[in-house]
Amino acid sequence: MKKRWYDYLWIASALYLILGFFNILFAWLGLLCFFLPLIISIATGSKAYCNRYCGRGQLFGLLGGRFGLSRRHDVPRWMKSKGFRYGFLLFFLVMFGQMLWNTALVFSGARDLREAVTLLWTFRLPWHWAYHGGAAPWVAQFAFGFYSVMLTSTVLGLGTMVLFKPRSWCVYCPMGTMTQLICRAKYRPEKVGK
Amino acid sequence: MGKGKRLARVDREHCVACGCCVKVCPKGAIQVVRGVFARVEESLCVGCGKCAGACPASVIGMEGAER
Repeated sequence: MKKRWYDYLWIASALYLILGFFNILFAWLGLLCFFLPLIISIATGSKAYCNRYCGRGQLFGLLGGRFGLSRRHDVPRWMKSKGFRYGFLLFFLVMFGQMLWNTALVFSGARDLREAVTLLWTFRLPWHWAYHGGAAPWVAQFAFGFYSVMLTSTVLGLGTMVLFKPRSWCVYCPMGTMTQLICRAKYRPEKVGK
Repeated sequence: MGKGKRLARVDREHCVACGCCVKVCPKGAIQVVRGVFARVEESLCVGCGKCAGACPASVIGMEGAER
């Protein structure tokens, strides 16, 4: 099958994590992965972002597929249930809200900047080498928080890639669940046939 | 079910519409409909099973075609 430019977006995803390791302010670029899927699904009523442009999914597909790092087992039934998918989306949004709250506290001066990345919403990893000053504290705090979200989802995705199928992350990806909900709300069966 | 042509069938209720199946189909026989579920065009499906293997949610099965 002929490769198109968007089949190489996995490079952008890998580059994002690498750049953020050295300079946390690159984490802001991750907002593209947050807003683009929403904008595309609201504007077009499709999951074109997941279907074509998701570099992270491509990265898992490449590592688990071509590099053979996946056991290629079926995901457990509970993982594809609506309860788990919607529950994980809710949990993810709450954690995202908490990250925004922490940013607001730094913005208001109620709290000092914490130069750490939190992995799996639990483990605080020192990440001081990645920030060299020059930005407002709240800008840096948001970057640390957002990078934590991106790193955590990558680690989860890599874990389920190894245990199950390469793109198992797509089954419970909060952005995928959210965009599918938007598409479902816009869906009119009579317009697309059987 | 006889030994006739096999076709891919999607469990639409659990499909996450990720589009992994679309990428691997050699015949372009499967499409994601309006971001909600994948749909197989039966006249194009050759029953190779690539979509079933690629589906991360394992919601595509191979079944005998109705005659």
